[in-house]
Amino acid sequence: MTVTGFFFFSIAAVVLISAILVVVLRNPVHSALSLVLTFFSLAGLYILLNAQFIAAIQVIVYAGAIMVLFLFVIMLLNLDKEKRVGEKHPLQKAFGIAIAVFLLVALGSIVAAGVLYGNKGIHTDAKVSAIGNTKAIASLLFTDWVLPFEIASILLLAAIVGAIVLSKKEL
Amino acid sequence: MIPLSYYLILSAVLFTVGVIGVLVRRNAIVIFMSIELMLNAVNLSFVAISRHLDSLDGQIFVFFVMTVAAAEVAVGLAIIINLFRNKETVNVDEINIMKW
Repeated sequence: MTVTGFFFFSIAAVVLISAILVVVLRNPVHSALSLVLTFFSLAGLYILLNAQFIAAIQVIVYAGAIMVLFLFVIMLLNLDKEKRVGEKHPLQKAFGIAIAVFLLVALGSIVAAGVLYGNKGIHTDAKVSAIGNTKAIASLLFTDWVLPFEIASILLLAAIVGAIVLSKKEL
Repeated sequence: MIPLSYYLILSAVLFTVGVIGVLVRRNAIVIFMSIELMLNAVNLSFVAISRHLDSLDGQIFVFFVMTVAAAEVAVGLAIIINLFRNKETVNVDEINIMKW
């Protein structure tokens, strides 16, 4: 096995185990902490895919900002452990897992059929690493994608205002 | 080099774990975290396919997905806090005030 393969399989194992722990663990704080681990190992996968900028903002935005927000809310709510599933809806777990397995088979058959195609772009690995991943993304972001970029800033402003309006008792 | 299909299978499994979390768990915060798992699964597909196609557009999409996820978390957690203030619970089985 090559070095890249070794890294891929070990990181993929960490991603899957910690993602399953997010769903399985009963204490929300433990779920949140294993979600942080998932985000960190996904950042490792992005580095394997030569997406260094995405890996950096994955750590900063997801593992940093978003998870701190989650942990703060869990702390504020002071939750006890979740009661067992199936008190109200006994078949819920079975149906949920059945639907999810069906979805996995559907997604897997798409990947196995190999119908993914598309025109090759101009940003080959050699070209991007010559000018740097961040610089390449920035030059695209501020030329071709500048309108979505500005709309994203309006979205963030709306989210800030919305979060304040929702969480203040009276304005 | 790792084949594209490995990344896509990993992404599909990660997405399915997120779906199971949304369908099975009753705690609104854990359901929210499962939604984040699904968003991350899609991000992984975006980055893997964008590498496969020698394009950077997938990475730009991931950038926007992260923006939307941050906005969604801020507003969603504010809603959950409000819900807890009014109903003293985040168990989604007990929150049925909009049920007709």
